[in-house]
Amino acid sequence: MARFIERHPAWALIVIIAVAVLAWLVFAIWPPGLEAAIGRKRVFLNAVLNGITLGGLYFLVASGFTLIFGLMRNVNLAHGSLYLFGGYIGYAVSTWTGSWILSFIVAFIAVALVGVILQLAVFRRMEGQDLRQTMVTIGLSIVFADLMLWVFGGDFYQVQTPSWLIGPIQLPLLTAIKSSGEPVYLQYPLVRLVIFAASVVIGIAMWLALNRTRIGMIVRAGVDDRDILAATGVRIQLVFVLVFALGAGLAGIAGVVGGTFQSLSPGEDTRFLLASLVVVIVGGMGSIPGAALGAVIIGLAEQLGSVYIPTYAIVVTFLIMVLVLAVRPQGLLARR
Amino acid sequence: MSLLQSTQLRPDPSANATRRALIRAWPEFQNPAAWLVALILVIMPLIANGFFLIEIFATTLILGIIALSLMFLAGYGGMVSLMQLTIAGFAGYMVAVFGVSGNANISLGWPWWLATPMALALATLFGTLGGALAVRTEGIYTIMITLAIGAAFYYFTNQNWAIFNGHTGINTVATPHFWGVDWRSDIAFYYVTLGVAAICYFAVQYVSRAPFGLALQGVRDNSRRMAALGFNPNAHRIAAYAFAAFIAALGGVLQVWNYRQISPGSVSVGACIDVLIIAVVGGITRPIGPFIGALIFVLLRTFALDVLIKFGLDGNRFRLLIGLGFLAIVFWSSDGVIGLWERWRRRNVSPAQRSGGGRHG
Repeated sequence: MARFIERHPAWALIVIIAVAVLAWLVFAIWPPGLEAAIGRKRVFLNAVLNGITLGGLYFLVASGFTLIFGLMRNVNLAHGSLYLFGGYIGYAVSTWTGSWILSFIVAFIAVALVGVILQLAVFRRMEGQDLRQTMVTIGLSIVFADLMLWVFGGDFYQVQTPSWLIGPIQLPLLTAIKSSGEPVYLQYPLVRLVIFAASVVIGIAMWLALNRTRIGMIVRAGVDDRDILAATGVRIQLVFVLVFALGAGLAGIAGVVGGTFQSLSPGEDTRFLLASLVVVIVGGMGSIPGAALGAVIIGLAEQLGSVYIPTYAIVVTFLIMVLVLAVRPQGLLARR
Repeated sequence: MSLLQSTQLRPDPSANATRRALIRAWPEFQNPAAWLVALILVIMPLIANGFFLIEIFATTLILGIIALSLMFLAGYGGMVSLMQLTIAGFAGYMVAVFGVSGNANISLGWPWWLATPMALALATLFGTLGGALAVRTEGIYTIMITLAIGAAFYYFTNQNWAIFNGHTGINTVATPHFWGVDWRSDIAFYYVTLGVAAICYFAVQYVSRAPFGLALQGVRDNSRRMAALGFNPNAHRIAAYAFAAFIAALGGVLQVWNYRQISPGSVSVGACIDVLIIAVVGGITRPIGPFIGALIFVLLRTFALDVLIKFGLDGNRFRLLIGLGFLAIVFWSSDGVIGLWERWRRRNVSPAQRSGGGRHG
């Protein structure tokens, strides 16, 4: 942090000012002039919270994608299909057993198994041929999409939110003060906050696992130079399988999350594939903190964009990507 | 065998030099099969009726042109760009926006000879800018960035009503009428498509042997060495994107004339990936590959339903068939159907005969 400020004082100043403005916008009671110019504070706060929670979901999808890429140099364009598959599994389990938590566990295991099969049966056979692997994932995504359309049809599904998570809660954030002097607090759906908290926990756990454990050390070494790592006697194929299983399983969990606070239908796989592509391009390929930063930026841009400039929301996301590519082609938090 | 080869390669008197240079530049002229295919294509309207002529052959040629632009980038430049269909779709949209269409509030109503060059120029510019963005990264990153550009354009056309008319798109796009000919009537349109496809095919063939194309292949194989030799790799790559964008734009203009309408569905992510499938299935080592791939794709798309039902299967599983076929090609033949064909021929042709051909793409 201190080194960043020393190196780029201008950028640091801009970031600090932006954070301060954002904090003021969130915590202060807006003067009437501002409300007249850009609308109610409640709308703004809702958009910000929706953006951050959506960022949590994007992080879950993109972290698996970036982990797989970082270690195996495999752009898994079937990642969106894994997401959708996880969502359908979660839906099936939660309607069958009625347990929301169980649907996460089953979705994780099922999609992780698919990942293991993919790694063992497909990607291991064409190691080192990046382009061919990517082509194979394109073919797989077409096959998966059609199989899922076959089984589940074109309907919309939504995973049932458990009763203890239904309903809004009051957040300690002022939106306005009534004429009687009574403060009005923001109401926000509990389930989105819980899911966001869970994705933060998963993110921190991943960071700790990568930076504080032996297996994490092996994975990080593999990201840097997998040939040397293999030469030191690590069973690299086992590491590949584990990482692919973890990345795929995260996509499966994300599918259940997405099925709970959005919906599942054919086409969602492409949407989330695109989202994870943009997130990792912005954040930096192969970097977990980069995926987190990119996810929050893209989630915020999408939600704020759809509230304030509804016609061009997708263009904002795209412009962010173009800007990052122009300034820092390797992504915001990539080391190279 | 070596004796045979040396007699064949012994220099002829210089009277034949021009002819040999021509043959070296255009190996098709020597190949009887190529002449046969060309003849069949030219007399096609005598053989096929309207449905086959337009729905199968003209559509094949149009998709082939778009896939040809991807083949040029991927085969000679080593850049797999998934936005070629987006460029084509952009050109189609521009024809609809500048020309005449049923949506009078959007279309500017320019005559076709003004709207079409405008559309081609804008689409080429669009493709060049996209390429300039994509060359900042390499290899598999290119796929991701071009896919992101294609998807962004798809969602943008869905949301934008001022220019692209949202998800309904632009309908009843006017097609050219001049010299007393309706150029969208089946036979005339088939010949327009065939002419454009032939021009694109020979242009790609020519460029691949021109100094620019050779330098591009050098950049593909070893960009650092080319940079050390004084070439500018990125400039070559961007120029390749511009050339490919122009070809894709030609295909896009033909496509909008063919369907007379354009909507976000024409530029969806699935359609972008279809172009990649066409190019890879056909083979990205030769310009003829994309056309073969397009023919297979169009035949499958048109007849898979009937064939699957005849075998007692669900007719809606056409995409599953396409996906599995694509996987099989990627698994077993890295240069598509052409590669399979060549391997099969090599196995059947005796070695002495093989040395006679001696052509490499």
